[in-house]
Amino acid sequence: MSSQDIPEETLPSTQGHAHEGAVATAGDPFADPGLPPHEPRMQDIDERAAKRSERVVAFLFMLSMLATVGFIAAYVTLPVDKNIYVFPIGHISALNFSLGLTLGVALFCIGAGAVHWARTLMSDVEVADDRHPIEAAPEVKAKVLADFKLGAEESGFGRRKLIRNTMFGALALVPLSGVMLLRDLGPLPGTKLRKTAWSEGKMLINQNTLQPLRPEDIAVGSLTFAMPEGMKEEDHDFQQEIAKAALMIVRLQPENIKDKQELDWSVDGIVAFSKICTHVGCPISLYEQQTHHVLCPCHQSTFDLADGGRVIFGPAGHALPQLRIKVNDKGYLEAMGDFAEPVGPAYWERG
Amino acid sequence: MKKLSARRRHPLAAVVVLLFALAVTGGLYAAFAPADTAKADDTAQSLAIEEGKKLYSVGCASCHGTGGQGTSDGPSLVGVGAAAVDFQVATGRMPLQQQGAQAPRKKAIYTQAEIDQLAAYIASLGAGPSVPTKNQYSPDGADIAKGGELFRTNCAQCHNFTGKGGALSNGKYAPSLEGVDPKHIYEAMQTGPQNMPSFPDTTMSEKNKKDIIAYLDTVNSDKTKSPGGLELGGLGPVSEGLFAWIFGLGALIAVAIWVAAHTAKAKKS
Repeated sequence: MSSQDIPEETLPSTQGHAHEGAVATAGDPFADPGLPPHEPRMQDIDERAAKRSERVVAFLFMLSMLATVGFIAAYVTLPVDKNIYVFPIGHISALNFSLGLTLGVALFCIGAGAVHWARTLMSDVEVADDRHPIEAAPEVKAKVLADFKLGAEESGFGRRKLIRNTMFGALALVPLSGVMLLRDLGPLPGTKLRKTAWSEGKMLINQNTLQPLRPEDIAVGSLTFAMPEGMKEEDHDFQQEIAKAALMIVRLQPENIKDKQELDWSVDGIVAFSKICTHVGCPISLYEQQTHHVLCPCHQSTFDLADGGRVIFGPAGHALPQLRIKVNDKGYLEAMGDFAEPVGPAYWERG
Repeated sequence: MKKLSARRRHPLAAVVVLLFALAVTGGLYAAFAPADTAKADDTAQSLAIEEGKKLYSVGCASCHGTGGQGTSDGPSLVGVGAAAVDFQVATGRMPLQQQGAQAPRKKAIYTQAEIDQLAAYIASLGAGPSVPTKNQYSPDGADIAKGGELFRTNCAQCHNFTGKGGALSNGKYAPSLEGVDPKHIYEAMQTGPQNMPSFPDTTMSEKNKKDIIAYLDTVNSDKTKSPGGLELGGLGPVSEGLFAWIFGLGALIAVAIWVAAHTAKAKKS
């Protein structure tokens, strides 16, 4: 950029001049420039252009009508299970595709037609609507105040104290019914989060075969999911109970178990851990059999099943609860009680 | 010669020399390195273990030890069974290309006859699961709905609801199950390759495995019908929502800007 490009008045010499005296103004510098002159559209000048626009809008609306008819026709005629190939979406249900396409065209054409109509044919003359003061005229104000005073006198509000006070009482009590409804947020959970369906003597039932598990069924490196004896998937509260009681069973070489309590609570290296992450309660069972790590898919908390379910990575705050198990006299695995601590996220029950 | 020496200070001279040296080293290595696949005689069924041992000595012994006892570079193969060999070698995971978090699936470098011989040799080292028969893994006549339940209980946590695969810790991952031979899926469940836990017949019956294979055959194969189209990785609402917000809303904004940018006036400014 050369000096020739700079407008003269912005050069320092010119500016220095201006600072000496009053700023050079041509009248009011903040004068309202008013609206720019109205520019007509082709449709305002040429009746043929206006007719053309009209036809375009009508065409869009008619296309929308046809698409709606197409939607109904597709819904009636196309079978639910017909699959077609459409580039670039790939394989897709013919019914889904045609319903979506026709409904999309029907809605889009109404919108496009309305926009085209508004922009080319409806009046686009600029209209100014000046603001007016918010305050009412003094005589109106005086009249309203006088009316109010008269009304208060006529109602006897100030004179009949009994009516006034009982009305205050009624108005104050009404919100209480709303407060009472909050009771339905309860009752408090009690010990529901502390206890699971596990209890002493309940056998571990394999969730795949629904048969009780024996220690010899469980190979080193395998992963099995178990639920407490006596639970049925048809039960009304099955989902609520399994959400707390879900158990994963793995078998380690006993010499690989680093935590003494974990070893004591296991049967020949078979350990049973809660499947519920102690962070926010996602089901975790991404078990890596070589590292004995369990990964939570939600926030990547990682637990070491060879070391008492210790947290080795991620936001979880507590080790995974372990279920103490033994072999009963029939040779099946059974629980020796409930989990020693609440399963899942860190609730107040943990103390 | 004079022409060559005149160019020895050219900026690209070092690159050319380096490429030449690399090509010579690589060529010499390829010419003299021991062939990594020994020729197998596929007619001698009775000598399968002998042949397998030969193949093993050439292709596997450097990591798994001369007798399959394992070394610091590879685990022991005693008792892994023929099914594990068939899975690892036929899916190209073994022989390993390089040490890493996990052996990826690649093109198998042994023929099925050679794999069978290797499997026979490894099976002779110790009892383990045998290669399943077609009757065991074929999805025909299985309960697909039950397979779906079993898949969601046992497999979906790592392999995604429709077997699209997913990430594990430290670079490990659960691979996609798309296009995997039913036989290999069966073997993987039975043997638990790498970090995958095993699901032996004692805890997941043969029928259960068949159901799972039938479910995968329905939701994740060439035959799979996708009523929605454009699966976006089968990850569910996250990728679908992202797509809708970026491309759906983006298209609407683009249309709005296009409409506003075009004046309707007769005199274009």
